[in-house]
Amino acid sequence: MFDTANLTKLIFGRLTLESLPLHEPIIVGTFAMVALGGLALFGALTYFRLWGYLWKEWFTTVDHKRIGIMYMVLGIVMLLRGFADALMMRLQQAIAFNGSEGYLNSHHYDQVFTAHGVIMIFFVAMPLVTGLMNYVVPLQIGARDVSFPFLNNFSFWMTTSGAVLVMCSLFVGEFARTGWLAYPPLSNLSYSPDVGVDYYIWALQVAGVGTLLSGVNLICTIVKMRAPGMTMMKMPVFTWTSLCTNVLIVASFPVLTAVLALLSLDRYVGTNFFTNDFGGDPMMYVNLIWIWGHPEVYILILPAFGIFSEVTSTFSGKRLFGYTSMVYATVVITILSYLVWLHHFFTMGSGASVNSFFGITTMIISIPTGAKMFNWLFTMYRGRIRFELPMMWTVAFMLTFVIGGMTGVLLAVPPADFVLHNSLFLVAHFHNVIIGGVLFGLFAGIAYWFPKAFGFKLDPFWGKMSFWFWTVGFYFAFMPLYVLGLMGVTRRLRTFDDPSLQIWFIIAGIGAFMILLGIASFLIQIAVSVLRREQLVDTTGDPWDARTLEWATSSPPPAYNFAFTPVIHDNDAWWDMKRRFYARPLTGFKAIHMPSNTGTGVILAGLSTTMAFGLIWYMWWMAAGSFVALLAVAIGHTFNYHRSFHIPADEVVSVERARTELLAAGAKS
Amino acid sequence: MRYWKTLALLPLGFALGGCNLVVLAPSGDVAAQQRDLVIIATVLMLLIVVPVMVATAMIAWRYRQSNQAATYTPDWDHSTQLELLIWAAPLLIIICLGAVTWMGTHLLDPYRTLGRISADRAVTPQDKPLEVNVVALDWKWLFIYPEYGVASLNELAAPVNRPLDFRITSSSVMNSFYIPALAGQIYAMPGMQSRLHAVINKPGVYRGFSANYSGAGFSGMRFAFHGLSDAEFSSWVEKAKASGNQLGKPEYLTLERPSANEPVRYYASVDSDLFRAILNMCVETGKMCMSEMMAIDARGGMGMAGISNTLPLAYDKFAGRGAVFGAEPSFVAGGVCLPGDQVTRMAEDSSPTVLAPLDWTPLQGRGLDRPGLMRPSKASFIPLPTSKSNS
Amino acid sequence: MTIAAGTMKAGEPVFYVVDEHDHPEGSSTMLGFWIYLMSDCLIFAILFAVYGVLGAKYAAGPAPKDLFDLSLVAVNTSFLLLSSLTYGFAMLSMQQNRLGAMQGWLVITGLFGLAFLGIELTEFAHMIHEGATPQRSAFLSSFFTLVGTHGLHVTFGLVWLVTLMVQVKRFGLIEANRRRLVCLSLFWHFLDVIWIGVFTFVYLMGMLR
Repeated sequence: MFDTANLTKLIFGRLTLESLPLHEPIIVGTFAMVALGGLALFGALTYFRLWGYLWKEWFTTVDHKRIGIMYMVLGIVMLLRGFADALMMRLQQAIAFNGSEGYLNSHHYDQVFTAHGVIMIFFVAMPLVTGLMNYVVPLQIGARDVSFPFLNNFSFWMTTSGAVLVMCSLFVGEFARTGWLAYPPLSNLSYSPDVGVDYYIWALQVAGVGTLLSGVNLICTIVKMRAPGMTMMKMPVFTWTSLCTNVLIVASFPVLTAVLALLSLDRYVGTNFFTNDFGGDPMMYVNLIWIWGHPEVYILILPAFGIFSEVTSTFSGKRLFGYTSMVYATVVITILSYLVWLHHFFTMGSGASVNSFFGITTMIISIPTGAKMFNWLFTMYRGRIRFELPMMWTVAFMLTFVIGGMTGVLLAVPPADFVLHNSLFLVAHFHNVIIGGVLFGLFAGIAYWFPKAFGFKLDPFWGKMSFWFWTVGFYFAFMPLYVLGLMGVTRRLRTFDDPSLQIWFIIAGIGAFMILLGIASFLIQIAVSVLRREQLVDTTGDPWDARTLEWATSSPPPAYNFAFTPVIHDNDAWWDMKRRFYARPLTGFKAIHMPSNTGTGVILAGLSTTMAFGLIWYMWWMAAGSFVALLAVAIGHTFNYHRSFHIPADEVVSVERARTELLAAGAKS
Repeated sequence: MRYWKTLALLPLGFALGGCNLVVLAPSGDVAAQQRDLVIIATVLMLLIVVPVMVATAMIAWRYRQSNQAATYTPDWDHSTQLELLIWAAPLLIIICLGAVTWMGTHLLDPYRTLGRISADRAVTPQDKPLEVNVVALDWKWLFIYPEYGVASLNELAAPVNRPLDFRITSSSVMNSFYIPALAGQIYAMPGMQSRLHAVINKPGVYRGFSANYSGAGFSGMRFAFHGLSDAEFSSWVEKAKASGNQLGKPEYLTLERPSANEPVRYYASVDSDLFRAILNMCVETGKMCMSEMMAIDARGGMGMAGISNTLPLAYDKFAGRGAVFGAEPSFVAGGVCLPGDQVTRMAEDSSPTVLAPLDWTPLQGRGLDRPGLMRPSKASFIPLPTSKSNS
Repeated sequence: MTIAAGTMKAGEPVFYVVDEHDHPEGSSTMLGFWIYLMSDCLIFAILFAVYGVLGAKYAAGPAPKDLFDLSLVAVNTSFLLLSSLTYGFAMLSMQQNRLGAMQGWLVITGLFGLAFLGIELTEFAHMIHEGATPQRSAFLSSFFTLVGTHGLHVTFGLVWLVTLMVQVKRFGLIEANRRRLVCLSLFWHFLDVIWIGVFTFVYLMGMLR
């Protein structure tokens, strides 16, 4: 009885041909390139018969090391997308003067800055941080895997699923035009009736499930699976910061889930949580989202602090100065991060007492952070500092981060915030801490643990190129924004009327271009290292003469990490073992109990993607069908009780014998 | 203090000789005090940041691996004195900064009336504040001067050295009212009033804008702020009066529709109730004002009698609140919905019914693209006459 | 094993576990589930907070005292509390390895849960029929969301309960199933605790307002 229009609507919801940006040459071009690249990749994988390998060894893996690597790949791929957005913004702002509209209209530009923020935080920084934690933490605590290996795989695919949805919005429909936190009323259906905000909501909800579960998983791993002898105060600092980060994840992501759920109820059901009328309160959203949002900042920076601690101590050849105060500083930061959210909107007019309370709590955070900075400094003091790549990033971090920290405390003074809030000064500040802190930390971590993961070091020449382009580019890109902020220029502007500003935007654009070279050098570095892997090989498993347990096993570690569970006597467990002439066990190997791979995570995440897609486009049949299938697969999975297997003793013996030979060969040469 | 300020600004001064750092060189006393706080805080922090940066560079250089002459103590990892020092040093600075913050925040609370016109002149009872009502519209600024009965669009003028009392709201989404030369910003929020007290000390033309992203036309949400002498301000008011434009509720409803890069406009007369109605989201006839709704709610709601009384409350409009699973908004106000005083007020109200315009398509401002995939509104929010007769 | 041990002389530090046993599977499950429950608790905390902010925003519409039927809610509450009790009995039977009795108690728990949901849905349907829809006011939005989220959790608990009953029937009271039953028990009691909060904060205090 349906006429065609109704039938089309039933099947496709609000998805029409017009939703495809066929009239946008830039997007069509991008799509063509992505499609060609994708086809080439698909063809290559098929030609080399790699699908089976990828599926069996990677997609369905429950090995924390492989999942960690997949997180890193995801983060780096999304970095390219997020950075493309950044370049587009820099170009637009550099040319949109003297009446010029630039090359992006507001419909595009507003999507670009929203997508840039969302992608960089959720799909670059988060996967990279989670990836490193996933890879390193079990090794550092002498465990064979995480507490819930299947959950780990599922978490990864949920994060990927969120990233897929964001990428989808580029070619089907559009992304949100609201800024990265989607404040209502602007993000309500009344003022953003299109699919953009729905893409935003569902991408974050799906990825949020993954993040939350991975948080639960890593807390359990750290609390329950430490090797014998490793008391809490003997854990490596990176493990400590990971623990705090995951506590923050578990205690803050539910808030994001709840607040986005309320926003989606407003948009789908017509409730009145954040509407202007019927008693709704948009400002409640701003409060709630920042109750998640501020801890999120520390979720990103704490692991970076951990990386710097490991790197500083290793490359200074010294014990970490003030381990105890380092741990307490981390815990204090964790707790305080919940008491500062209001500093993101002093300008709402909450009153002087409230504002100054939150201003002062914010400043208090700088005390433990400052203590950490001094601890690193005193670790370097009277050390023998080797300026390998990770250490270079660390020193660059120390010099850069203090500037970002200083401007941050400045912004925590409410009356100062009144003149600098939402300005490019603010933009410069948070890029200063996120690039100068989180990203530099991640690069240090990648350079530091890469040989552990792949058995060869990264090429130092291209690494240094990347380092210099990044650091110099960073200063060129963001110091002008500090200046522009002091000139009273606000963020998210698409066109400008004051020609005297242009020169600063051009300098910032040059900086962004240098960062592009930095990213390119980083990719070249990986390619060159793979080609030169014979020369860069690490046979010892301990290329940096490091201190913590992950360096006690081979590079790359065997699937079971440690043939025998290590026993710990000191903070710097491996350093202690080396000093006391630890002899690697050569015999007596037993079969090792390990979790089995499963494809359920991929399937569940795939179904979540289609469900979200159905919800975004109002294709109810697709959403409902996916949901039912999701439930069925999940329940079906619980009927499988056989989720583990034993690596036979013979195999352990042969793997360990190979390592013995490699070590001997390494010692001879 | 002045000496320190100059010193702190010196390096910046060299680097930025040419450009106008309005935040560091404002023309209003409030912004100047905020600038002072920025500088005090920066100097306080530089006390620790500079030594840290210098120490980082020096230690990194001195203890490099190739310098075998340097001491090497691989197991030295604790020193109680140093630990005390590294916690105490930032703590002391934060205590100072915290005290400054507490005082500064209270003194410079935008809701607090001014105590001084400038550093050397206190406010006297003769300095009657000039009240300006500010409305952030999509995407332009409306300024209403209740004292003079005039209004202006995208242009603000004020006499120098007279306290200004801004009352700020927004018509649809959140914006932020910011004139860097005058004072810090404050959010403009629909259905809510925020306030800002400030004063401009130097005549001149300054830039004002929205500092919170609010949608497609956000970049064009700029206005000029004129600091004028008393005589110039009087002639500015005269100019507005001479424009002959009226701003009543019907004109406002047209003005409120989204448009960008609107030219400056003056209004010779303004409906004296307009700002109150905008703030309470009841410019359209038949809408219940927020204040009334809140008063009813404070008395415990209107019970089941008010249950279908949704039309007078509906405000968010452009997509007709057409949530997919939600009931379509009901347009018939049924039953006895309005409390007595409201009924009488409406019955006595002889002014013509103010209806929202039928066509909700966004206006095409200069340089404003038609939003690409804007869905046509499902329902137009035209109050039916029944809403009145039924009550 | 013995050889590895033999290389170490007495008094020398031990750097690896010589005699290793398999870690019992699911040793972290309880901790993990607790952490999950706390994160879920946080979602409810947000919904309670939202209700706290919006609970008096009637938008000139009905207030709790116009809508709530306390006696119905009291019956409802007693059903849920009783279901917690019967789940407790099921767990006792499990510890005594009385499979049949356990399944019986689980069936009773499920029926109480169903009755709870039935009454809640009736209440919702009645309110919506009268026009007190979630769209009517911010108070109703937050009411339906808070109570509805709890109801969704109960629904999910029921699905889980049925699944577990099938699994116990098929695979018996093996270790994995015992662990799962304990998790569901935690979940079920957790929902009870939340409901006590809802009953007090939303219904009782709502009527007082």
